[in-house]
Amino acid sequence: MKRVYVNEEWCLGCHLCEYYCAFANSDKKDMVNALKDIQINPRIRVEEIGGVSFAVSCRHCEEPLCVKSCITGSLVIKDGVIIFDKEKCIGCYTCILNCPYGAIMPSEDGAVQKCELCLKNAGGTPACVANCPNQAIVYEERCK
Amino acid sequence: MKHMIIGNSTAAIGCIEAIRRIDDSGMITVISSEPYKTYSRPLISYFLSEKTDEKKMKYRGEDFYKEMNCHFMPGKTVAAINAKGHNITLSNGSVLPYDKLLVATGSRPFIPPIAGLDGVTNKYTLMTLDDSYAIKSALNKQKGMQVLILGAGLIGLKCAEGITDKAGSVTVVDLADHILPSILNGEAAAIVQSHIEKHGIRFILGDSVKQFTAHHAVLSSGASVEFDMLVVAAGVSPNVSLVAEAGGKIGRGIITDKHQKTSLPDIYAAGDCTESIDAVSGQSRILAILPNAYQQGECAGTSMAGVEAVFKKAIAMNAISFFGLHLLTAGNYDGESHETKGKDSYKLLVTQKNHLNGYIIIGDIANAGIYTSIIKNRIPLDCLDFTLIKDKPQLMAFSQKERKAMLGGVEI
Repeated sequence: MKRVYVNEEWCLGCHLCEYYCAFANSDKKDMVNALKDIQINPRIRVEEIGGVSFAVSCRHCEEPLCVKSCITGSLVIKDGVIIFDKEKCIGCYTCILNCPYGAIMPSEDGAVQKCELCLKNAGGTPACVANCPNQAIVYEERCK
Repeated sequence: MKHMIIGNSTAAIGCIEAIRRIDDSGMITVISSEPYKTYSRPLISYFLSEKTDEKKMKYRGEDFYKEMNCHFMPGKTVAAINAKGHNITLSNGSVLPYDKLLVATGSRPFIPPIAGLDGVTNKYTLMTLDDSYAIKSALNKQKGMQVLILGAGLIGLKCAEGITDKAGSVTVVDLADHILPSILNGEAAAIVQSHIEKHGIRFILGDSVKQFTAHHAVLSSGASVEFDMLVVAAGVSPNVSLVAEAGGKIGRGIITDKHQKTSLPDIYAAGDCTESIDAVSGQSRILAILPNAYQQGECAGTSMAGVEAVFKKAIAMNAISFFGLHLLTAGNYDGESHETKGKDSYKLLVTQKNHLNGYIIIGDIANAGIYTSIIKNRIPLDCLDFTLIKDKPQLMAFSQKERKAMLGGVEI
């Protein structure tokens, strides 16, 4: 299955993935309108220290601890993608307690949020990948 | 193959989903003493405050049993297991055969032996959706009731939060000297307590009820509390009697091996009725929390369907919030403490012999699962950058090689 993979050595630490993620999930048509004067809360996060940087987003694990631990049934695997039902989420953060990557975070509305591969927004294909200038984030099949 | 499951909550659902990943034709029968399709048990306190409703709190979709091709028997109680004969007897006398059986009977409220408790008529526990309906209906019938809650644990405090808008007053009594004694230390508990108190809930700690009359509790200290409604939330007891009476091995909970198999042939057990080996301490103990229940059920289901499975990463862990204040805890607190305190935030990391044993985080909970994973997988701390990991949970603290495995799908 195709997944989002990170090539750490290619990451420039430019944070464009974070901005494009926030824009893709904003329901706005214009990036400036979507992001101007706000503190973005993207579903992909760049960790960086010194010269090392890399982006972290949901790994869509085959054995997802977030799904197994979700107390409400808001997180489910569908066709290999871990999708999230905001309406059912109560915001208990048991998924945050369990995700080994730190790839689920609180959202502004009291629930949580996570990467759903841009399947639910207008993008249809991961915006972080499409807009990474150096192929440090790719969406492809890799043998395990 | 005839699979039989006693119970219909998290462990049972984990079992059903695991069986169906392997065996799409075997029969699965699910017997539940409750009348409802599977619902999220932890949400019953949110149901009290109407933050959720019966529809939203369904743990699985409306057609779950149909999709999973299960025979669902709600409102039926099992009276006995005949391990030798491979059958169970329901309380109505009917006998049902099985090839593999899962016991996922959960736990029930522990009622402490207190003088006069039997004489209190308006008393409740909070374990099932029906309990939640009963409390809600009583609070709606008589406005402004003074409620006394026995127990400042997770159930007692979630109940307090859930009813505070409907009750006239809420008082919580606990023998422990701080709230949430099973998951917090005194320091963290003080922060949470003061936050909860701001919402009008009163605590009487380090004290216990010596004697009840209908609307009156006399405490060991000599103080007394008047109440209109009593909620007993003094802990839970695992439902082990079916397995015990069938001759299975029991400690405080049902004893299973790492495949979730009991000492009885073809009988498995999972969830709050069982003991687990705590991956931090190595001790067998009851770890009655939802993520363990699901994974135990899943392991049992996989084993029942004939594929070897092992579950051995059980640890204590809780994510809970009170009036918007979130706290996350995991593991245990034996070892060296590394504490960071802010105004309304708190972080404790506990290390011992090159391992992270546990943590408490109040406030900034971002990425805490990285800590949970380090505890659960017993990752030696000298394989990590401890200065970084102590500062905050981050993948930067791992080696680049580890990160390539985690983020790049590269096998190491």
